[in-house]
This record gives sequence, C-alpha cells and structure tokens, in this order.
Amino acid sequence: MDVMEAGGMDWMQNEHMLGTSIMAVVYDGGVVLGADSRTTTGSYIANRVSDKISPITEKIFCCRSGSAADTQAISDYVRYYISMHSLEIGEEPKVATVGKMFRLICYRNKANLLAGIICAGYDKHDGGQVYNITLGGSILKQPFAISGSGSSYIYGFCDSNFKEGMGRDEAEQFVIRALALAMSRDGSSGGVIRTVTINESGVDRKYYSGKDIPGFYEGW
Amino acid sequence: MTSIGTGYDLSSSTFSPEGRVFQTEYAMKSVENSGTAVGARCSDGVVIAVEKVYHSRMMMKGSLRRVHFVEKHIGVGIAGLLPDGRQMVSKCREEATQYREVYGEPVPGRVLVDRLARFTHLYTLYWHVRSFGCSALVAAYDAEGPQLYMVEPSGMLMRYNACATGKAKQQAKTELEKLKLGELTCREAVTELAKTIVNVHDSTKDKLYELEMLWVCEESGRTAQFVPQELIDEARKAAEDEKDREDDDDDMDDA
Repeated sequence: MDVMEAGGMDWMQNEHMLGTSIMAVVYDGGVVLGADSRTTTGSYIANRVSDKISPITEKIFCCRSGSAADTQAISDYVRYYISMHSLEIGEEPKVATVGKMFRLICYRNKANLLAGIICAGYDKHDGGQVYNITLGGSILKQPFAISGSGSSYIYGFCDSNFKEGMGRDEAEQFVIRALALAMSRDGSSGGVIRTVTINESGVDRKYYSGKDIPGFYEGW
Repeated sequence: MTSIGTGYDLSSSTFSPEGRVFQTEYAMKSVENSGTAVGARCSDGVVIAVEKVYHSRMMMKGSLRRVHFVEKHIGVGIAGLLPDGRQMVSKCREEATQYREVYGEPVPGRVLVDRLARFTHLYTLYWHVRSFGCSALVAAYDAEGPQLYMVEPSGMLMRYNACATGKAKQQAKTELEKLKLGELTCREAVTELAKTIVNVHDSTKDKLYELEMLWVCEESGRTAQFVPQELIDEARKAAEDEKDREDDDDDMDDA
C-alpha cells in the first residue's frame, strides 16, 4: 500500500480511458469509421489491441472515446433500446435515430459520464451519415467527424484533405493517414488502426499494423 | 345475446361460456349511439368527416369537438362518448411527444396507432376499469404515404381504404364502397364524404347537426388541418340539395 500511496502504481486503481483517436467519414455510397487501439490506465497501456468501434445495428456502428466503462454501458443501452425500436417500426432504424438516442443518454446523464461518441452508418432513407455526440450531450451531423485526445493534432490535416463525394478507397486512405498522424503525436493513442466500412451492400472490417501504418517523412 | 341476465355480462374480466366478453361488446354498442364518422384514404391524402349531433338548440357551434390533432401530420376523429375520446387523444399526444423526445423525429402513424390500440385494449382486461365507449379514426401522412386507421373499444386496430362507424355505419359503408378511392383526390372526397353523412343522417330524430372534417393531404402540406369551412359548407349544401331533389323525384314516382 505504501508503494501505491507514493504514486508509483496508480494504474492499479485508476479508470480505464480510451485516450483516443477516432473518426468517421461520409463517402460516396457509405461511411468509413476508424479508430486506434490503445486503452490506458493513467500512463499504463492496459490494452494495445482494443476495439473501439462497436456495432449498434447491422449497419450502424459507433466509435467510442472517454471512459471505457461509460461508453461500453452507453452503447449497450443504445443497442438494446434500438433493437426494441426496430421491432416496433418493423424495419432497420435510421442512423439519425441512433445518433439522437446517444445524445439523449449522454445529455441526461452528463454529470456522471465521460463519453465522446461518433455514431455512423448507412440507412436506406438517407444513405451514409456521421453524427458526432460531444461530451456535453450535443449532436452534430457532419460530413466527417474526428474525436478523442488525438484528434486535436489532425484538425488541420483533415480540414485540408477532406473532400466531399470521395470514393471508397480514397476515404479509407484518408482515415488511415489521419489516424496515423494522430497516433504518432498523441501519447494516449497508438497500437493498430481499425476501420469499418459500411455501405448498401454490407460491412467490411479491416485493421492495419506495423509497416501498414503510413510513416510519412520518417520514411517507413 | 342469450347469456344476458346470467351474470356473465357484468365484468370485463370474465368470458361467457360461449367465449364472449359482453362488456367489450356493450362498449362497441355505445359507439353506435353516436353520430356517424367516416374516413377515406385518397390518392393525395386522407379525409375524415364526423356528424356532430347537437344535444341542445342552445349549444354553441364549435363545442364538443370530435376531430382533434395529435401531431403535425396526424389527426383523429372520434365517434362515441366524447370524454372517452379525449382520453384517447391525450394518450396519442403523450405518445407522440414521447416519441419525438426519444427518437428525435415525428412518430410514424403506424407506430402511434399501434400504441393507441394497446392502450385501449388494456382497458378491456381489468374488472376495475371501464372500456372506452368510443372508436378513433386516425389519419396520418408520413414516409409510408397517406394512411387511415380505426381503433375500436376492444383494442382492435385496422388499416382501411375507407371506413365508417357510429349510428349509420352500415349505410355509410355501402355508400363508401361505391367510391373509386384510388383515383379520388381529397378535395373530391370532401364532397363525397359530406354526401355520405348527409344521406345517412336521420333528420327525423336528430334535427340539428354539424359536419366536422379534417384532412391530411398534399393541399394542407401533409399536415393535419380542419377542412376549410367554406369547402364543408359548399359540400354540405350541394349534398342536401341533391338529397332534396331525389326525395322530390321519389315523391313524384309515388304519385
């Protein structure tokens, strides 16, 4: 106990955080979600291959940042409520509906939560969409969204490189390059890059590690 | 109803030996004491018309409303006991508000009527409550297109192209069956429904009555609104004139 009080072993006690780089992009025909894979407890990496992209329905996913416990609980609730909702309406729910449900939960419990969520997916009514749910519980519909601690490093990159109506490969490359940059500068982001691409025909998961992550001027 | 008087009609939570629930059937009977209500789904929307019989000569026009609005795109017409109907309407509004709060968008007509029917049905299951003595005609226009539903006191819910309930429902249904609903526009339906109500109205029993109409259509911007009063007056006058002429013709034939 003495050692812990001296401050050396905070990782035994502290909350798991998704000190994170996450993003989602609308492209022509669908969306691409991307995330790093680092989960930390203070400065200790509790998991270097975590999956921060969670399914809500078949074609709607969310990227989670903030407290791992809070965001897992929130997405579990949303998955449950939305499954009930889709039974009631008798069809697949809209991305907007899922986004708004995230917002409602984040807003109503904002005093007790630490959660920044990006909700993205595809529905037959409105195609691919991205919704950013902020810490305070507001919701923003965006052509692309970045969030988590690593996102601060890549605002400039994303603003200058995002184009509306990109093709699928182009959008995936955009996500990988942006996340690689964020992960290299942000100490709480790292590991591998996971992406989920969603469009009318289905869902495609990919991951990139080691040499597959762009190194830019570092030359690898 | 051979089992009447045997005691099986006193509780809504007891089946009769023939497998009927009399209290629920009586509730449906109470709808049949009310003015006739008709609805039609047209190519460009839905129209509901209600015959509102005046209980008193001194009653002011516009009281005891039988059509209500529950959401921007959903309207309800009530046949039967009015206070019971208002309870249904309140429930609809509550559900519509709740849906908007949770899902951030207006409730689809199909979902709203499903919830209303469940609510109505609950009141047929317990001995300590009375079933609703009213039927609700629900008009909605959303992504699924124009829709017309009817919720009955039993909790039965059906979707219709055209339906009628109340005092003269049989006669009204026969008239509605003659309409070509697929081709009819709402504006034309106003005339037709007015004609139906005028024709089935029993002027020997209920002298004074008002026609209340609502529509949800392209013309109203897919929102539930009262049909403009001039349109109703015009349609009613045309229907009454036509009826008078027919009656005269009948008299001539007799002579």
